[in-house]
Amino acid sequence: MPRTPAGPELDRLISLLAKLPGLGPRSAKRAALHLLKKRDGLMAPLAVALKEAAEKVTACSICGNWDSSDPCQICADEDRETGVICVVQEVADLWALERSGAHKGKYHVLGGVISPLDGVGADDLNIASLAQRASAGGVSEIVLALSATVDGQTTAHYLVERLEGLTVDITRLSHGVPVGGELDYLDEGTLAAAMKSRHKA
Amino acid sequence: MTFRIRRITLTDFRSYAGLDLALDGRPVVLTGPNGAGKTNLLEALSMVSAGRGMRGAKMDELARQGAPDDPASGGWSVSAVLEDHYGEETRLGTGISAHSDKRITRIDGAPASGPTALLDYLRFVWLTPAQDRLFMEGASERRRFLDRMTMSHDPSHGRAAATYEKAMRQRTKLLENWPRVDETLLGVLETQMAEAGVAMAAARLDMARRLAAGARLIDEAVFPAAGVALDGRLEEQLQSQKAGEVEEAFEAKLRAMRPRDADAGRALVGPHRTDLLVTHKAKGQAARLCSTGEQKALLIGLVLANARSLQQEASDITAGAPLVLLLDEIAAHLDPDRRAALFDILEETGLQVFMTGTDPDLFAAWGTRAQSFTVRGGTVTEAG
Repeated sequence: MPRTPAGPELDRLISLLAKLPGLGPRSAKRAALHLLKKRDGLMAPLAVALKEAAEKVTACSICGNWDSSDPCQICADEDRETGVICVVQEVADLWALERSGAHKGKYHVLGGVISPLDGVGADDLNIASLAQRASAGGVSEIVLALSATVDGQTTAHYLVERLEGLTVDITRLSHGVPVGGELDYLDEGTLAAAMKSRHKA
Repeated sequence: MTFRIRRITLTDFRSYAGLDLALDGRPVVLTGPNGAGKTNLLEALSMVSAGRGMRGAKMDELARQGAPDDPASGGWSVSAVLEDHYGEETRLGTGISAHSDKRITRIDGAPASGPTALLDYLRFVWLTPAQDRLFMEGASERRRFLDRMTMSHDPSHGRAAATYEKAMRQRTKLLENWPRVDETLLGVLETQMAEAGVAMAAARLDMARRLAAGARLIDEAVFPAAGVALDGRLEEQLQSQKAGEVEEAFEAKLRAMRPRDADAGRALVGPHRTDLLVTHKAKGQAARLCSTGEQKALLIGLVLANARSLQQEASDITAGAPLVLLLDEIAAHLDPDRRAALFDILEETGLQVFMTGTDPDLFAAWGTRAQSFTVRGGTVTEAG
């Protein structure tokens, strides 16, 4: 890409912005110009916010969630059930579950899924710390809330193997009919999975 | 039930700047010199469905290359008007617009979620000259031929194949560091391979049975009966053992093969190596050893058998959309008796058929039973 006809400072800003998810070189330029135009209202506060976040937000040493306190607010919350740990791939998934309000227990963020092709092995994820938490006592159930992709399911099966022998129940989210979904629009695979995981009405 | 494509409209598709072709429902015969655009027209039709059509084309290579005095838009579109047995019409359209490779699909003018939505309206079964060497080539081409047919009956076959493939590649990558590997993870991947692999093998076996049943509906005197067998350990074991047992045995086999697979850098056993074995039943001869003409006859027999079995299922309301046959250069390598008989069989199926050939005489036996067109330099004119 041809460099921007501007100083190196602006050029560097654009090349960094272009690395953000959802932004490319073109939208990065637009964002940079927008920031300059809103120098006081947006750019300066953003710079401060970035600096503060970079200094203060760390991964929770217990569950891997991002927070400015360690342990994170969820791990420190005494009103939450300590006996149920919900395992998610990324913090975004934790946020999604929190939005639903469906899980009242604690979390464990793996930081990805196992994929040797992408150079991600079990040791690259927060799996050892999960095994440690699960065997430390006081934990009765581990809920695997992983994506229904091939890699997500490989990871789920792997965790079942690794946690075998512990006295905790290992459960996983159901696969099937989405809420508000019409049955005749579902593909065969989803329908079969839904049928398989049916339960007493 | 009869469904017919009544109209085909092409814009900037391959050799066609524009084409608007009205059809009366009889079998369509397209004749013309090489390079006239006969196959392009069949390919255009095959795009009105999920997938990349009968040539497996990339979306951006389908647009017509314009000339300086006749610029092309860079996009292309194909639309077909489908008429059902009550005379109700549905217009199906697909294409890409200029400077975008995002495929657009429309049903009766309204945007559809994607090309897969077209599968509810139309399905194509095709035979192309590229398949003429099917029995001479390596196993992978025949396996793909088998898997494509299997998927037309059982869409979940594609998912099982994709899961198997993914787990196998992950395992192969992991084995690069053999023996210093995470054995638990290897075991998990092998379990996935075993589950998906046995599902694949079962679906293929089911397909082979359908082919055999479909073949019984075709006159053996004309198209030699094909013996269809699957050369694969899982497929073989499934004939006498329970799926669960086969799965366990395959998983154990994969475990035992770890060192050798690590050396080879790939999985040496599994359903990714299965071959489709076709024999000329009456002669008891492998298809590969038959003459060119006999191979073509065997291949047509298989494609017709598949169409027949799909059609039988389609008479059931739960099954798929109407079938259309696209037979490219169909008359080549066939003697006059077989050609005449082929036409009878095709007519008997009641399916809409599109055929191409270089020489109108090859289709003389059809007479007025077919609607014939001459294709020349991007234009299509109705003959006689």
